[in-house]
Amino acid sequence: MSRETLFNAALLLGLIAVPAWAVMMDEPFTITLATRAVILALAAAGLNIALGIGGLVSLGHAVFFGIGGYAMGILAHHAQSYTPLMEWPFLIEGTKFMPVIWLLAVVVSAVAAFLIGLMSLRTTGAYFIMITLAFGQMFYYFAISWSTYGGEDGMSIYIRNDFPGLNTLVPIQFYGLCLAILVVVLIFTARLRRSPFGLALNAARQVPARVEAVGMDPMRLKLVAFVISGVITGLAGALFADLNRFVSPTMFSWQFSGEIMILVILGGVGRLFGPVAGAVTFVALEHFLGGITEFWHIFLGLILLAVVLFARGGITGLVAGKEATHD
Amino acid sequence: MTETILATHGITKSFGALKASNDISIDLRPGEIHAIIGPNGAGKSTLIGQICGSLAPDAGRVELMGQDVTGLSTDQRARAGLGRTFQISALAMEDTVLENAILGAMGASGRSWRFWSAALGDRSLRTRAEAALERVGLAESMTKRCADLSHGQRRQLEVAVALTLAPKAFVMDEPMAGLGAEGSKNLTGFLDSLRQEAPILLVEHDMDAVFALADRISVLVYGEVIATGSVDQIRSDPRVREAYLGESA
Repeated sequence: MSRETLFNAALLLGLIAVPAWAVMMDEPFTITLATRAVILALAAAGLNIALGIGGLVSLGHAVFFGIGGYAMGILAHHAQSYTPLMEWPFLIEGTKFMPVIWLLAVVVSAVAAFLIGLMSLRTTGAYFIMITLAFGQMFYYFAISWSTYGGEDGMSIYIRNDFPGLNTLVPIQFYGLCLAILVVVLIFTARLRRSPFGLALNAARQVPARVEAVGMDPMRLKLVAFVISGVITGLAGALFADLNRFVSPTMFSWQFSGEIMILVILGGVGRLFGPVAGAVTFVALEHFLGGITEFWHIFLGLILLAVVLFARGGITGLVAGKEATHD
Repeated sequence: MTETILATHGITKSFGALKASNDISIDLRPGEIHAIIGPNGAGKSTLIGQICGSLAPDAGRVELMGQDVTGLSTDQRARAGLGRTFQISALAMEDTVLENAILGAMGASGRSWRFWSAALGDRSLRTRAEAALERVGLAESMTKRCADLSHGQRRQLEVAVALTLAPKAFVMDEPMAGLGAEGSKNLTGFLDSLRQEAPILLVEHDMDAVFALADRISVLVYGEVIATGSVDQIRSDPRVREAYLGESA
């Protein structure tokens, strides 16, 4: 087993052991922190596909996170106020049922990612960053002005949504659900990286000319990657909203896009468990340093600087070394 | 009618006042190696770009197997049967030799839209890739990262990736570039046998290789084909001697 596999296993074990310990010690806040880490890891795992494999530096992934959040917020808002979402041409009611909420989050994120990707993938480098950022701002200001759904103040959802067979109000049960989704996404990512699509996407990042010369369209590969990436981050947004039982335009903010990117870079761009390492570190720093000083972001900045300058593979690279050649 | 595999008809391309391609009509027939030579700045790369689809000609058209492909993109032309190699190796440096070859096999078989199965586990892709690597003599280095290859091995891999496509025609942009005498000789021998599989449009600076290989040579000077003919015809053509071979012949 490679060092990276061991490191990943240790991370996963920690994600099981720490909340288990918290249940025994009756420390629900620790579980909430762990849930936050897992959901942020999921959002970053989404970006990691576009950024890590496809080389797409998207500074607009908060769009999908926000879409997921508002999918949850809007459906649950109508359900708790007993008002239909729309009555004409057909009746759509709100729902507190998580699978339906997730489905909406995923579908709308996919459509948004497809349209945004279609336009921004015409550009590369700094222009790509700027266009994705611009789309993010469009969604942000739209959410602020959308008074039906709370405008600037956002929406509070009083009771967490339901998942069949679980009592999602029990922190550890909701945590388990989030962790299961993260694990499924990581398994999918692991398969994707080794699949023909993953190989082609990886090559499209390195040498698009080669990919074209063997009969594949790098644009289409990147577009599909962008959609997959957006869908995963969108799903994370729905979970995040459910964790906080609150949705607001902040979920669309460019600061949040930056934060997801920081998670990926901190953990190790393109590394399978990079987003997990990044999110766990981020939440831990936020909690412990944040308890000491309000200005904990300064330290985060210093750590990020150190990672970028001295550890290109992020925390994963630092612990597990350079990525081994696959097979 | 399909006497020609690949042809350009009156291709013209200008960059501002510079005519990089001026009414170029060349063709590639079954079983031949057609070499394009010319001094630096003659417009060889511009010509290749238009044949392979990375540049659009201002006028004229490109035909592959009697079909007009002028409006097709690079990847469409590759799927239609155009196998090219690059002057400066364009390989996925982080990936292994085998992965690079599999990339070619994937493009050729349209299997790039699989998200779950492992690329290296696909029998048919793997067979195709390994066969190509074996032919160029890279069978021993399959698991090496491309970045760890020598320059010569990268040139071999360039050819191998084109082989995985099983193309109708090869377009090779200076395959000998940077190879030593030994490597150049080996590759010359290999290309010599390859022409039976598919004809080769060969842009090359190595004159020994060109004279050893070419069935026909076209000489490009200032964006114009000033002569096309057999090796002997080209060697004895006074215009060619003046324009190009003057210094070396």
